[in-house]
Amino acid sequence: MKYIIAIIQPTKLEAVKEALSHIELFRLTVSDAQGIGRQKGHTEVYRGHEYAVNFVSKVKLEIAVDDQFVEPTVQAIVDSARTGKEGKIGDGKIFILPLEDALRIRTRERGKEAL
Amino acid sequence: MYKKKFSRFPSVYIALFAMVVGFMAYYAFGQTGDTAHKAADTVKAAVTAVVSAPAPAPAPAPAPKLDSGDTAWMIVATALVMLMTLPGLALFYGGLAKRKDMLNVIAMSFVTFCIVSVLWIVYGYTLSFGTDVKGIIGNLDKFMMNTITVNSISGTIPEFIFVVFQLTFAAITVALASGAYIERMKFSAWIAFSVLWLTFVYLPIAHWVWGNGFLAKLGALDFAGGTVVHINAGIAALIGALFLGKRVRQDLKPNNLVFTATGAGLLWFGWFGFNAGSALTAGGLASAAFINTNTATAMAALAWMITEWIYNKKPTVLGLASGAVAGLVAITPAAGFVNIGGSLVIGALAGIIPFFMVAIVKKKFGYDDTLDAFGIHGVGGTLGALLTGVFADPAINAAGKGLLYGNPAQLKIQFIAVGTTIGYDAVVTILIFLVIKALIGLRVKPEAEVAGMDTSEHGENAYNF
Repeated sequence: MKYIIAIIQPTKLEAVKEALSHIELFRLTVSDAQGIGRQKGHTEVYRGHEYAVNFVSKVKLEIAVDDQFVEPTVQAIVDSARTGKEGKIGDGKIFILPLEDALRIRTRERGKEAL
Repeated sequence: MYKKKFSRFPSVYIALFAMVVGFMAYYAFGQTGDTAHKAADTVKAAVTAVVSAPAPAPAPAPAPKLDSGDTAWMIVATALVMLMTLPGLALFYGGLAKRKDMLNVIAMSFVTFCIVSVLWIVYGYTLSFGTDVKGIIGNLDKFMMNTITVNSISGTIPEFIFVVFQLTFAAITVALASGAYIERMKFSAWIAFSVLWLTFVYLPIAHWVWGNGFLAKLGALDFAGGTVVHINAGIAALIGALFLGKRVRQDLKPNNLVFTATGAGLLWFGWFGFNAGSALTAGGLASAAFINTNTATAMAALAWMITEWIYNKKPTVLGLASGAVAGLVAITPAAGFVNIGGSLVIGALAGIIPFFMVAIVKKKFGYDDTLDAFGIHGVGGTLGALLTGVFADPAINAAGKGLLYGNPAQLKIQFIAVGTTIGYDAVVTILIFLVIKALIGLRVKPEAEVAGMDTSEHGENAYNF
């Protein structure tokens, strides 16, 4: 089992969700995230004063999958989360972590069954 | 990053063009307006005695008689002005504060309204509007509402409602200054400031201008509070900001501009009570003040937006809201004196000059007026007070005749009123801050400031999970 964490552009959330549902992956945790990366920040102007905003808004996806689903899931995200043809700085990253165990609270099922 | 100039600039110029057309229309208007107004002159002559200053005009007119229409309007107007402080100003300021400081900002307006409400009926009203003592202050005849009964009349309305109407003005004036102090001032120091500043600055100045004091006798025009409310609060804001010093993080990071826009809307709405209510009657003068208020405010919001669009490349909601407030401030002294053309010009200037005050001058001097209480209220109020001396049209109100109508002396009187207010306010506010600094201290500890005023001063949060 693997735990996939993907940081993507907020505008790409719908596209990624759709791509995942194409490969019949219907479980997903989503949260708003703020971060600093290569994209750097931007500036905001309030009453004529410019303020540097270093944290950029992103969306964080978390998906736990069985080993055989790792590649299709990752490919679906990569294919759908790019902005423009070539992609742009700030499109995000995907991290794949080993997942030791999982547990479904309702049934107490464990491991693969719980995913 | 976002410099799609070509798509934006043409629309800016179209808007500018529209403004120019507006001014041309004004001059045409001004002329026809004059003749149209002549018919109403006789009516106006009758109201003049009451309107020369929105004071109770306790001049012993022939047997004052209660007017139920006036009374009904003034009860509503008073409630409208109350709404300006809570929640209007509290939201306008609160939304601009950092996320961790919003409740503290609301608390400042809230507590001030309560403090002034109590002090006003105890000694505030009588010192401002009691019988004049040498043009300086009112006497203590009406201490604790003494001698005022349900049958007491001020002008054509019950004196009780006049007391509360004036109370709401005093409250918002003190609360306005908080915009310059937020995100670092001890709550206890703010309470002390509210009490002392109301007592030693607001009460005398309100008396001078509205309570038959020496500025009223001099003939200074201040329909609804350009000097008494806005210059007054603006100067206190600047002095206080200098005493308090800069915040640890000197930036404007609005936690919720939706609140700010809502607050600006409530201020605008409540301001109809503030300005049109200052006629103290429900008639033509109140209506003139009403339409002038709306016109100048809309014009100022547009002017601020356009200036910002050119200068910062984007029109912002905060800009619209700030411009609207600047317009409301500037038209306040003029509302019941100028014609519609005057209000268009005052509004346009109020959207431009305060913008440069907050965007450029503040940066140059480096004082930390957090929410631009000085830049908007001090500067906008001064602008409005002086322009009242230029645009006051005797066809609107026989009590005021400005430079454009052949009375340059009025402008001089306006300068004297503005200068006196600024000078007195600055000196006494400095003394008040010295006293508070010595007795209570002004600022919270830097750690408390960084952690946020909501937690450190009040032990609560605006937003919980």
